[in-house]
Amino acid sequence: MITRIGRSLTIDGAYIHSYAAVVGKKEGEGPIGNEFDKICDDTTLGQSSWEKAESTLLKQAIDLCVSKSNVPVKDYDMIFCGDLLDQCMGSTMAVRSMGIPTIGLYGACSTMAEGLVLAGLCAGAGVTNHALVTAESHFCSAERQFRFPLGYGGQRTPTSQWTVTGAGVAAVSPTASAICIKDVTPGRIVDMGVTDANNMGAAMAPAALDTLVSFFTDTATAPDDYDLIITGDLGQVGSEILRDLMQREGKPLGANYTDCGLMIYDRDRQDVHAGGSGCGCAASVLCGYLLPRIENGTLNNVLFMATGALMSPTSSQQGMSIPSIAHLVHLTHA
Amino acid sequence: MTNQEYNVLVKSKSPNSKLGVNMLKAFLIGGLICAFGQVLLLLYSSAGAEEKTASTLVSVTLIFLSVVLTGLGLYYKIAKHGGAGTLVPITGFANAVASPAIEYKSEGQILGVGAKMFTIAGPVIVFGVMASVLYGVILWVWQMLV
Repeated sequence: MITRIGRSLTIDGAYIHSYAAVVGKKEGEGPIGNEFDKICDDTTLGQSSWEKAESTLLKQAIDLCVSKSNVPVKDYDMIFCGDLLDQCMGSTMAVRSMGIPTIGLYGACSTMAEGLVLAGLCAGAGVTNHALVTAESHFCSAERQFRFPLGYGGQRTPTSQWTVTGAGVAAVSPTASAICIKDVTPGRIVDMGVTDANNMGAAMAPAALDTLVSFFTDTATAPDDYDLIITGDLGQVGSEILRDLMQREGKPLGANYTDCGLMIYDRDRQDVHAGGSGCGCAASVLCGYLLPRIENGTLNNVLFMATGALMSPTSSQQGMSIPSIAHLVHLTHA
Repeated sequence: MTNQEYNVLVKSKSPNSKLGVNMLKAFLIGGLICAFGQVLLLLYSSAGAEEKTASTLVSVTLIFLSVVLTGLGLYYKIAKHGGAGTLVPITGFANAVASPAIEYKSEGQILGVGAKMFTIAGPVIVFGVMASVLYGVILWVWQMLV
């Protein structure tokens, strides 16, 4: 059962019953490193290319999530997957042997939330019994696609973010469990004219504002009503801008606001400049850190909003500004 | 809020690069590379090489060392601090050719290494050759007139 209020959709009957997160070495050495199901110290994952390494990372997370769910692979009736690579190659290569109807998504770093929106709606509408939502990224495959070869001696700007090597997978079902997908607010594309691809946080912050304000208006709630409001990967610059913008809107964010890109790395110690980014950032923080806490009741009422900067190397080279998006998922302890 | 107003806000929240420290590091690291080149020149000269041959040998040695360091995954660690100090000397050019050659090996020898080796250094070659042609023409015209 799904009810629309403004832009937001209230779902009756969508639950996350299993989840898993697998990350790389650098993420394993970060402040929440011990929260993940598995840390791969070899970033090649024994593969001959970075793209294959990324697919293997996701495959491991999917296998873990499925085995934890106690639902055989053949009983999954949909998989929503996406990543940063051209043609979403990372995820399609990982799921190609599974034989599950597949919906490929591109939402850049917002992919995990985009998948949860769709899987939540499908579960709520009674379309799927068991659906998987996946998102992953790999620092090395993202670097070579969006920036420079790994060995190239360039300098990063202070506003740049570090692509997370990580994968997150969640299984969504209409059967009640401890983690409920209560509301979702699909994002609109917002573009405030930021052209600097090394400052994605600044490009995405207005999209986060747009979705967050819509959600608070639709549900007649305020930031203080939630245990935690967490954005995908605005990083240091973007999250400070979001705080500023929310203050101007008269809905200031308090100590209950944080950002996945700030949680996954220690910015003082790990040389990641403004913080983490990539589909795997929000996905692994959600599945490694947030969902266990919602499941055990440490967190009861969480707004998870992953943000995406939807530029391509071509649009950046052509000087076009960065279209951005933010999808919100309201998760509660049930 | 207009895009211009937002741009002002973004600028106020975005930290700038530490210009002073970066320039000092570029000066020191770039200077070290050049001083090392000078030491090599003296060594090759004292070993009996003519000045022109010795300076060619210096370039070849620096290129070789830069490529080796790139292959070992050490060059970018130096360049992170060196900035223009490692980019401007011939070591930067060697790194710009070697790093894509290594990176794109996974796409094969022809479409990977062969085609992508010059993705970064290509423009330097194109505009370098164009500039030398232009200066050559200017010099030629100048010599005709004078």
